[in-house]
Amino acid sequence: MSESAASGPLALPRESAHSASPALHHQFEDIEQQHDASNFGMWVFLATEMLFFGGVFTGYIIYRSLYYSGFAAGSHGLEIDLGAAMMFVLLASSFTMAMAVHAAREGKHRPLIGFLSVTIILGVAFLGMKFTEYFHKWQEHMVPGLNFHPALESLRGAPEHTVELFMCFYFFMTGLHALHMIIGIGLLTVMAILAWRGKILRENYNRVEVSGLYWHFVDIIWIYLFPLLYLIGGRYK
Amino acid sequence: MSTAVAEVPVESRIHYLNADYGVKSWLFTTDHKRIALLYLGSITLMFFIGGAAAVMMRLHLIEPAGALVQPETYNKLFTMHGVVMVFFFLVPSIPATLGNFLVPMMIGARDLAFPRLNLLSWYVYITGAAFTLYALISGGVDTGWTFYTPLSSHYLNTHVIATALGVFITGFSSILTGLNFIVTIHKMRAPGMTWKRMPLFLWSMYATSIIFVLGTPVIAIALFLLGLERLFHVGIFDPAIGGDPVLFQHLFWFYSHPAVYIMILPGMGVVSELVTCFARKKPFGYIFIAYSSLAIAMISFFVWGHHMFVSGQSVYAGFIFSALSFAVAIPSAIKVFNWTATLYKGSISYQAPMLYALGFIGLFTMGGLTGLFLASLATDVHLHDTYFVIAHFHYIMVGGAVMAYLGGIHFWWPKITGRLYHDGWARFAALVIFVGFNLTFFPQYMLGYLGMPRRYAVYPAEFQVLNVMSSAGASILGVGYLIPFIYLLWSIRYGPIAGANPWGAKGLEWETPSPPPTDNFEEPPIAAEEPYGYAEPEHAHV
Repeated sequence: MSESAASGPLALPRESAHSASPALHHQFEDIEQQHDASNFGMWVFLATEMLFFGGVFTGYIIYRSLYYSGFAAGSHGLEIDLGAAMMFVLLASSFTMAMAVHAAREGKHRPLIGFLSVTIILGVAFLGMKFTEYFHKWQEHMVPGLNFHPALESLRGAPEHTVELFMCFYFFMTGLHALHMIIGIGLLTVMAILAWRGKILRENYNRVEVSGLYWHFVDIIWIYLFPLLYLIGGRYK
Repeated sequence: MSTAVAEVPVESRIHYLNADYGVKSWLFTTDHKRIALLYLGSITLMFFIGGAAAVMMRLHLIEPAGALVQPETYNKLFTMHGVVMVFFFLVPSIPATLGNFLVPMMIGARDLAFPRLNLLSWYVYITGAAFTLYALISGGVDTGWTFYTPLSSHYLNTHVIATALGVFITGFSSILTGLNFIVTIHKMRAPGMTWKRMPLFLWSMYATSIIFVLGTPVIAIALFLLGLERLFHVGIFDPAIGGDPVLFQHLFWFYSHPAVYIMILPGMGVVSELVTCFARKKPFGYIFIAYSSLAIAMISFFVWGHHMFVSGQSVYAGFIFSALSFAVAIPSAIKVFNWTATLYKGSISYQAPMLYALGFIGLFTMGGLTGLFLASLATDVHLHDTYFVIAHFHYIMVGGAVMAYLGGIHFWWPKITGRLYHDGWARFAALVIFVGFNLTFFPQYMLGYLGMPRRYAVYPAEFQVLNVMSSAGASILGVGYLIPFIYLLWSIRYGPIAGANPWGAKGLEWETPSPPPTDNFEEPPIAAEEPYGYAEPEHAHV
């Protein structure tokens, strides 16, 4: 950033430096600085997100060690096949997202639109499965606060309020994750529309890259949520 | 505020204030300097709201049985005072106003990296403030600013949710500001502006931003869980239904202790600028002051347990947190020693900003040293939840952060408005604030040591003299805060023209006209020399 500013356009009036590329925002010297800044900004944002989820993860782990039997019973009641399917869908969407970023970098419009659309479809499929599971929990009367009258066998001998606490964390953590998925799908939809209109150029392809960073992060959260909620501890005989 | 500023008398030169007029040009601006002024107006309003609550508390405490309000109302007053002052004034105070204004100018950039996010952060702040003010108007909240569970989640029927939601939302404005500063400082420095040429104010802003980004989300989660517990009656924090109340305290203080450094680090940055300028000297140990900001930010994340020495935390955890709390005093002390060493043999002038800076150094030192009493396990058992704690953190937050904030406002006011204020009044106000502050809070150290607990609406009769002294000091302090409000507003219209650099200070922000043009610099700036290149003042001592 500093080199280019020092060598070339230093003497030029700013307006002429800007007219070079319509994608360049006024506060930046050149397009490379702009890319760097937005990528870095997304990484800093993801650091915030990590601490955001970190708080809930901490709470979950503390209560899991306090109320093991309740958390095991709650975990046993989750649909592991559905959870695994969701993970594969998300991992596949990460692959198509990476391909979309690649296509954007190469300036290939049709593959870009295609990969973005597939990613969006996979994301929606994930949410569909998620809400299916929520619906099953509602039918089983396992929604804390609103509808919590679980059948005796689903408690597996654990105190009712500990199972309720597990379900509370289940809904909070997966709900927060689902909220991030919805935001991500919105973001990718905007990108797809921009690509459709030919607004994603080589100079600003990094919008897709930044959206991709976010998308991968949301995937990673699920990679932690899946074992934490569905796998560990709950599968005893 | 905004309309008053927009009516600066017409000058021939186009700058950020007269580049455009009208309400829209302010509400939709992406200029970091205008956003700084939007923030300045809003936090000033919140400061006076929080201050009004404090005035009523001090009036109430003139008599042992309480002179003014019902005990319930008293609880609501100290809650509102704490919530408004901490989350809506102190946390955004220097970063969102002076930081917003100065970060791009000091590194020689045209704006922050994400101007629209910057404007968004102000709207987020306003939304959060609206929720909290709604709670205030519709009957208040009486949890204390710490929202401790299960009191807040189970036993109170005041407006806990609205207040917590306000704090939750406002947190995102801090995150956006911090994110913007980090990216801007990393990626947008002018040619020649290496890390070690950055003004010390920027190092403190950078350290503060790290805390914003890493700390704020955790309190957001804590308040969210609190809301869930309150709404759905699930036992997350309430022990009666299986929750763990100490977990709330852990999550709360994981943010709220580093937040203390959010409030004081920017003040330290301001004081570093003021001391060097008015002593006409390079800072003693630039690199130590810079790195101690980062050290404070780092260590601040590992001391939160010292708020919970008597909350049932294990004694071994208490040992560790106590030791770490002592450790955070080291970088803070480095700064104090370096400022005083900077003053040594400097050619010092006592203009108004410098009076605030000197006040800061003394009061912060007292606040910091009494913090060590509280970080010791044994003495804390005696002093916990007494007025000693109140006095300690007011010496840091009011004697430290607010003094530095006012010093900074006075220092950069000519840059912001292009006008000078009346120096005599400004020095007088600084003195009044210093005297009023000490009279208010020094007696509280004694009250706390003698055993008067905080948050009580009544007290034994033998504490009355000290309480009356404290209330008398508070009224002086209140007058002291009103004086600058008046002469600063006056100066916007009637003050003499300041010129680019009225203090003869160093730094890129002083090389551009006051008020600066919208793009900050007429020529793209280059940081050609080391920071603080003040001429060595030997000749002044001949």
